Amino acid sequence: METSRLTAERIKQYLDEGKRFDGRKLDEFRDIEVEIGISKNAEGSVRIKMGKTEVLVGVKMDVTTPYPDSPDKGNLMVTSELLPLSSERFEIGPPKFPAIELGRVIDRMVRESKVIELEKLCIKEKEKVWNVLIDIYSINDDGNLVDAAGIGAIIALKNARVPKYDEENEKVLFGEWSNKNIPLKKEIPLSITVHRVGKNLIVDPTREEEDICETRVTIGSHEGTIHSMQKGDLGTLSIKEFGEILDLNDKVWKSTFKQIEKYLK
Amino acid sequence: MTTKKTKSEVERPDGREFDETRPITAKVGIIPNADGSAMFSFGDTIAIAAVYGPRKMHPQHSQNPAKGTLRCNYNMLSFSVTERIKPGPSRRSMEISKITEWALEPVLMIENYSNMVIDVHIHIIQANASTRCAGINAAALALAHAGIPMRDLVSSVSIGKLDKSLVVDVSKAEEDWEEGEGATDIPITMTSHGEMTHIQLDGKISKEQLKEAVELAREATKKIYEIQKKALKETGEEK
Repeated sequence: METSRLTAERIKQYLDEGKRFDGRKLDEFRDIEVEIGISKNAEGSVRIKMGKTEVLVGVKMDVTTPYPDSPDKGNLMVTSELLPLSSERFEIGPPKFPAIELGRVIDRMVRESKVIELEKLCIKEKEKVWNVLIDIYSINDDGNLVDAAGIGAIIALKNARVPKYDEENEKVLFGEWSNKNIPLKKEIPLSITVHRVGKNLIVDPTREEEDICETRVTIGSHEGTIHSMQKGDLGTLSIKEFGEILDLNDKVWKSTFKQIEKYLK
Repeated sequence: MTTKKTKSEVERPDGREFDETRPITAKVGIIPNADGSAMFSFGDTIAIAAVYGPRKMHPQHSQNPAKGTLRCNYNMLSFSVTERIKPGPSRRSMEISKITEWALEPVLMIENYSNMVIDVHIHIIQANASTRCAGINAAALALAHAGIPMRDLVSSVSIGKLDKSLVVDVSKAEEDWEEGEGATDIPITMTSHGEMTHIQLDGKISKEQLKEAVELAREATKKIYEIQKKALKETGEEK
């Protein structure tokens, strides 16, 4: 159901007073619940819950030929599905724009931060490289799927094992794992999305709050170094607001990272 | 009508008795947005299901004034299996979706919902064989949880034949059985009164032994039914 105008007005009124329906501050994330290893058959998998929002993220790997422009590097692919199971607003059928955007935004967070050391995933130059596939599924949409997905992607990568590879027959032994992890840099990126409602900036909106947002900026960064960014929706931003968004992102990045740090060891 | 409790001649890979399912868990009310939802697992096989509806069927020309429409969608998450499945529908998943509709609709009082549709979304999170059975069990629970009037519940289980012996609730290791006559897989769904709403078979089996397999399924689905009933009674505020 769409958020009614009455609810929207009330949310805005609250925000002007620095309050939210669920008692959070404007710059406060919900508690992040993490469950690692939800599928034994995945290289890495995780369930992320933030309030009623829930996503599953899995990492699988296989071996393919490299792209011509990166003959000595592994491949990365991120896909996402907004399952009709997770909201009455999502329908069966080919992915629509929100699902495509979600996948692409997370893809760029991972790719541009170079957190995966893809050069270490080359088996034979120009011929065989590892392919890292990150798949994101929404299970319940109560807002901010994108940040939940980004957190899930990073934790799933961090906890993923590389499958065994039979070098003689040049075959992946699916279902058997080596003791190697996916090579990751220490500089872990997170995506944080800041939403603007009226003159207020908020993070981690619920579905109702997300509905009334005029614009949003998703930033993939690590400790103040920004690697990817996307502004979404029609609302405009003044230069001053944009500066505030960057500052807010910095602050929320730190508190969010703190919440999930223990899963990244 | 009781099954002969003959000890299976094969040693099951996980040491189970021939008529023993893997540990079952069932939980209702796992997806807040849905009108009804449930998870059901046989050991490492985990299925979740959500029900949306009954709601108006769109487009209008798909509406059926005689009765409502049950629309099931079975899907395996890409990382639920060891070799990644490409996301999106496949011939296999489309068939299982239809089979699931046929397994469930006979117990639904769907005639009450002319021009409406009830959507059931089933996803396999982790697969270790018998996924369609876990999916049907989760879906039956989710439909009941959604408060859709039902004549009965359905429970589903796979009966396997390993070489010459029948076993209940086939695991992946058993599905790949190669010794002797190999593996035969017979997923069966029944109401709590023993009416069959679904049966499939892949492999090789005699008429007599198939009858025995159905009796085994009857006993196993009785146990599953009790677990499903218990899960439904345990729901409450969560919905």
